[in-house]
Amino acid sequence: MAEPKTKYDRQLRIWGEQGQAALEKASVCLLNCGPTGSETLKNLVLGGIGSITVIDGSKVEVGDLGNNFMLDESCVGQSKAKSVCAFLQELNDAVKAKFIEEYPEALIEMNPPFFSQFTLVVATQLGEEKMIKLDRICREANVMLIFARSYGLTGFVRISVKEHTVVESKPDHFLDDLRLNNPWPELRKFAETFDLNVPDPVAHKHTPYVVILIKMSEEWTNSHGGSLPSTREEKREFKELLKSKMVAIDEDNYKEAIEASFKVFAPPGISSDLQQIINDSSAELSSTSSDFWVMVAALKEFIATEGGGEAPLEGSIPDMTSSTEHYVNLQKIYQAKAEADCLAIEQRVRNNLKKLGREPESISKATIKSFCRNARKLKVCRYRLLEDEFSNPSVPDIQKYLTDEDYSVAMGFYILLRAVDRFAANYNNYPGEFDGPMDEDISRLKTTAVSVLNDLGCNGSTLTEDLINEMCRFGAAELHAVAAFIGGVASQEVIKLITKQFVPMCGTFIFNGIDHKSQLLTL
Amino acid sequence: MADTAPSRSRDLDKLLLRAGNLVGPTFEPGAELRDDLQEYARILVVGAGGLGCELLKDLALSGFKNLEVIDMDRIEVSNLNRQFLFRMEDVGKPKAEVAAKRVMERVSGVNIVPHFCRIEDKDISFYNDFNIIVLGLDSIEARSYINAVACSFLEYETDDKPREETIKPMVDGGTEGFKGHARVIIPGVTPCFECTIWLFPPQVKFPLCTLAETPRTAAHCIEYAHLIKWDEVHSGKSFDPDDPEHMQWVYSEAVKRAELFGIPGVTYSLTQGVVKNIIPAIASTNAIISAACALETLKIASGCSKTLSNYLTYNGVAGLHIKVTEFVKDKDCLVCGPGVLIELDTLVTLEKFINLLEEHPKLQLAKASVTYRGKNLYMQAPPVLEEMTRSNLSLPLYDLMDKVAKDILHVTGVTGQSDKKTSCLRKLRVVFRGVDGVTDMDMAGGA
Repeated sequence: MAEPKTKYDRQLRIWGEQGQAALEKASVCLLNCGPTGSETLKNLVLGGIGSITVIDGSKVEVGDLGNNFMLDESCVGQSKAKSVCAFLQELNDAVKAKFIEEYPEALIEMNPPFFSQFTLVVATQLGEEKMIKLDRICREANVMLIFARSYGLTGFVRISVKEHTVVESKPDHFLDDLRLNNPWPELRKFAETFDLNVPDPVAHKHTPYVVILIKMSEEWTNSHGGSLPSTREEKREFKELLKSKMVAIDEDNYKEAIEASFKVFAPPGISSDLQQIINDSSAELSSTSSDFWVMVAALKEFIATEGGGEAPLEGSIPDMTSSTEHYVNLQKIYQAKAEADCLAIEQRVRNNLKKLGREPESISKATIKSFCRNARKLKVCRYRLLEDEFSNPSVPDIQKYLTDEDYSVAMGFYILLRAVDRFAANYNNYPGEFDGPMDEDISRLKTTAVSVLNDLGCNGSTLTEDLINEMCRFGAAELHAVAAFIGGVASQEVIKLITKQFVPMCGTFIFNGIDHKSQLLTL
Repeated sequence: MADTAPSRSRDLDKLLLRAGNLVGPTFEPGAELRDDLQEYARILVVGAGGLGCELLKDLALSGFKNLEVIDMDRIEVSNLNRQFLFRMEDVGKPKAEVAAKRVMERVSGVNIVPHFCRIEDKDISFYNDFNIIVLGLDSIEARSYINAVACSFLEYETDDKPREETIKPMVDGGTEGFKGHARVIIPGVTPCFECTIWLFPPQVKFPLCTLAETPRTAAHCIEYAHLIKWDEVHSGKSFDPDDPEHMQWVYSEAVKRAELFGIPGVTYSLTQGVVKNIIPAIASTNAIISAACALETLKIASGCSKTLSNYLTYNGVAGLHIKVTEFVKDKDCLVCGPGVLIELDTLVTLEKFINLLEEHPKLQLAKASVTYRGKNLYMQAPPVLEEMTRSNLSLPLYDLMDKVAKDILHVTGVTGQSDKKTSCLRKLRVVFRGVDGVTDMDMAGGA
């Protein structure tokens, strides 16, 4: 057996050993193992999820072979859950795979406590009524839930979790924290050891841009009544000033300084996103506060006191042209400050824990360190209950989506995906599900869609005939490529939820397989 | 309304047998369309890796029965976290062969022909046999090559009107971590890979003086060991990134250098990542991008819905962002345009012509092999073919082209600076001076 480290190498480079450990600890339950559900699980099994439980009460039909890769001819007439589970197990023997031959609808009705054993439930191809019930069950049991559905060339993915907090959001691009216009004493002292007019050309071209910018922004503020360049003209002037300090055209450090000059212009203090988090009512601690919020409370205190309005320093610096010695020294200065900030936060965390009557060491030093390093990138995602979204809709948002050129098709599909469930409840089949003329189904679906719109408080709004026709044409088909797309999206969101890394989607993802202008609707 | 006989295409039939309003201009719904897709549509999947495995499965379950797949790689352990057609016991076997076999085992009625070779090993005519070429690749060079091949079939009626029957559509996917892209390339209509090559900026390399004199990061130490120290110590022996002993040596040298300069962060995993330029890859992103590509392939082949116009980006890092951008083609593109026009005297020999290509300011094509309408006029390799075609070198090109006044010629060769040669294919419009029938020099294409 090869090392799991080699097998998982390409993903360990993304979510690290901690993320992998979280996946390997997780137990995931799948409701309905058609292609959408099967493909979702396939991607999780390959990545080494801890355990899966496949729940489906149906038997395999010939039609299932045309859209589900987990099934072959030998499965026809057998339990679908059993057949899919067997194939998934083949993909990765490190995963514990089991199945229950039972209709999810029955479990939802008869055995709600069943779901509390899982880390996360993936509910596919469920009707609206059962989704609402399951949502309540999982919310109460504190089990993460994700809905996924494929329907012709459309479908959706929707997360339902009361609160999901992220420390390691790992954004693609994020402004580094260098404090160029607000250096702390040690950094300022370090900068003072440099002379930008040093006659030695080798020393001149190896002065790190951080030092250049600290000195130049100080020079600027001294001659501008204490303020930084703010207008476009001033910013241009500042860059010209930097350019004038160059003594040769090949001085990469000065080129880097000019390119990074925007970091000087950035106003000090924390972002509005972080402000919102520290102002959240959860930052007022109570006996039920999670570790995350205990740390946020400490962060809030830190920003108001030692931090002087800033979050703790991250401590890492980007690569820049410099002599090795200067660069390593600079690194040490940033790291020392980051450690000091972290220590201050740690003390506050321990105090908060004590005040709450908890073990002061119950949050590890490593956790606090990671929190401090990522303090500026914290994320909090909250999801409404489906029932709340349906019964208490945000009418202005819906109206806005319906009339926005980029969103109207996605919003139309959102309405129609709900309308087909209502249609099925009324007529015992989906519009266009069976062969034959579709005129009657089309007019019925149109009426149903209008009633959904009315219930949402959007009287008078209509959907295009083309879209309604298209929805009938789909006839509840589960196309493999669409299911693979939706399942792919669902599995990626599951990974983000379980690893607590990156930021899961907020809202309802509506797939548009016609021209791929899929959208995320926040409703 | 009664159910008809059970059919594998139960779900797909809804889309292929029913008329719709939001469909492609050529859509003719019906059982015949479904049967034609199965019978006549021939799809080539380039690459049997993370995207290729998914693509073969998706296409086999999207109504296609005639698939071929080409890939030169063998299965490695680190593929198994996403290339779901491969098992531990397959490690070391050719990817194309195992992938084709697995999909055929599970989806009855599908025929997949594997090709375990480099894409350049196939004749250009091999690629002309397919209706659509789907690309699941991780290299810019390979994309560029297939793009040039597909565009080489393109002929123009007039300067901006491509001949319908010579268009070879491509669908291209790519992923990196939580991000990816899917695009549709209809040569002559939408931008080709080369028209928008700026979407793939070249990789930034570290300056050698930084590595040698002022290393600052772990990666600098690793590249020093890999690019400088290795050659100093192992005179003549070339570094093999797939040899674990070589990698271990680079790692330990990098550690030494890092210690010397007080630089933290050198690990074995990072060493591999830097040296092999490893791109992180996960199953979910590959599944998403491949599914989009397969769906577009189905739509191009059947017209059952509108097509992606023409470039989709997916980003799942923070939330979920899907964006469709309609890029425009470069009218002067060397690859998907009508082809570079070359005027020649009827006496110019093939050898002289080949030399001309190297000096041509736009082409700068060295070591050219030349084919005319599928006929090899001169081939640089393999030796057998070289010998067979060598005698043509001294003959006039005009004679070799059956004395037609103007026509299209395909040349393959290498371009680029000395440090980075890439193989490429170019379509040329050759016009012979002073021959009847040539009046309009600007006239494009066509025999």
